[in-house]
Amino acid sequence: MSEASSQKVVIVGAGPAGIRAAATLIEAGLHPVVIDEGHRAGGQIYRRPPDGFIRPPEQLYGSEATKARALHALFDQLVEAGRLTHCAGSSVIAAHERRLHVLREGEVQVIGYDGLILATGASDRVAPVPGWQSAGVYSLGAAQIALKAQGVALGRHIVLIGSGPLLTLVGAQLLKAGADVAAVLDTSSWHRQMRGLSGLAARPIVALRGLVLRARLGGRYHAGVTLERIEADASGIIAMRWRDAGGRQRVTQCDMVGMGWHLRAETHLADLTGCAFDYDEQWRQWLPQTDTMGRAGNGVYLAGDGARLIGADGAEIAGRLAAVACLTDLGHAAPSVRADLRKLTRLERFALGLARAFPWPSEMVRALPDDAIVCRCENITAGAVREGADFGGGEANRVKSVSRAGMGRCQGRYCQLAAVELVAAHAGCGPKDVGRFRGQAPVRPTPIGAFLRED
Amino acid sequence: MNTGRIVRLAERDRVEVQFFLDGEMRYALAGDTVLTAMLAPGHTLRKSEFGPEPRAGFCLMGACQDCWVWQEAGPRLRACSTPVTGGMRLRTTAPASWP
Repeated sequence: MSEASSQKVVIVGAGPAGIRAAATLIEAGLHPVVIDEGHRAGGQIYRRPPDGFIRPPEQLYGSEATKARALHALFDQLVEAGRLTHCAGSSVIAAHERRLHVLREGEVQVIGYDGLILATGASDRVAPVPGWQSAGVYSLGAAQIALKAQGVALGRHIVLIGSGPLLTLVGAQLLKAGADVAAVLDTSSWHRQMRGLSGLAARPIVALRGLVLRARLGGRYHAGVTLERIEADASGIIAMRWRDAGGRQRVTQCDMVGMGWHLRAETHLADLTGCAFDYDEQWRQWLPQTDTMGRAGNGVYLAGDGARLIGADGAEIAGRLAAVACLTDLGHAAPSVRADLRKLTRLERFALGLARAFPWPSEMVRALPDDAIVCRCENITAGAVREGADFGGGEANRVKSVSRAGMGRCQGRYCQLAAVELVAAHAGCGPKDVGRFRGQAPVRPTPIGAFLRED
Repeated sequence: MNTGRIVRLAERDRVEVQFFLDGEMRYALAGDTVLTAMLAPGHTLRKSEFGPEPRAGFCLMGACQDCWVWQEAGPRLRACSTPVTGGMRLRTTAPASWP
């Protein structure tokens, strides 16, 4: 026990994976440190509104309210009992030699660890559509966060574009809350969606729930669309131009567009802690290498959507598995994981179905006109990225240096996949051959004063 | 009541908070983020430094950094993850002292 208390395990992220990891470590007698950017634990999917908001979990999380309630209660109870240290509103900006640099209220603090569990989650996987740099274009996740955590819609007339479960879910949630959703435009065709069916059958109730939500969208929902451009005037967007599955040109007036093609794993910290990466053909992105338990080596463990895009239920399981792996490696007795591993297999089959049914729109990205913006941070165009490939060859980091795509404030989080797709098309190879942008510290913008105050 | 980009659909019975936007007094609700507070009366947070278009945020989860805004005193802040507080002085353009 005395050994247990001297070993330091740090968890980054307080979503479903981070909370389950913390609880598992605590049951084994450890006192973990949980660092999270949120002001209240829950992560994005189970994000909690600020104090003083009154909508109950049933209204915020729908069918997932019981799970959200259980996770929030568990975490709050562990904090109250003094069983963990919660660093809220804190960002890990760098990691080096088993030390994390943590930015909190304008100051950088260094925290060492024996074991590190990264539960950093995911963000929307977005693809550029001409005009997407204009005010009023948001990610689908943003539309959901605005509704859940602030009780607002981000526009008066809304068009949602992309593909994936979140497209349907956000549309249905906004409608239910009273927002004006003008159209929900899915780039995946019905035919394509059927290809995911065998995988989706692994979770029939979840699949059915998706169909019910889809039905609520009624005639607003269109499958197999082609997105042409987002029109804007001086104060923001005014219309979405698209073609329906039959090729007919359509214009939908709107002042907000929400976009997303499923999720992109948040892997910057895994990169900085030295994890190796593999290109995942299923998710069309680079993901950190781990064993089934989430073990990445070097005292680092990964859990949740930051490692494998299997959703919130899978994240709870992965959080427990990562904690068990960490406990075992630190010489502690750990609970059996057999049941969790079985469940995980089923969730992975479902996730594969999703990936097949709602694919990344590579053809759309490859066909972007030269004047379309790819990097929203610094307005770098598709033409500039292609030129970068002419100078730098078909290698991601050389194109990054030449074109600056991926060097803006978001550090490539929202342009990397599209940029790599363009480079691959230009160089006549696949995204896997192009490689990935290397992560660089600090992974969040940090004022220089935060370092000066360190001593 | 608000005429800007966002529409308040729920949680409207909160205490009002006073702040200043481009020198004019405005009202937000306690618990609003700076982004919500600015886009309830307005349409933009800032102008892009690399193009002609205004910006109004993108991811709302602190990842894209599109929503940084000016404060009169100089330091910039991330509007989506900073709660608005009474007396805050925010700007959609750079303060006059900025070179």
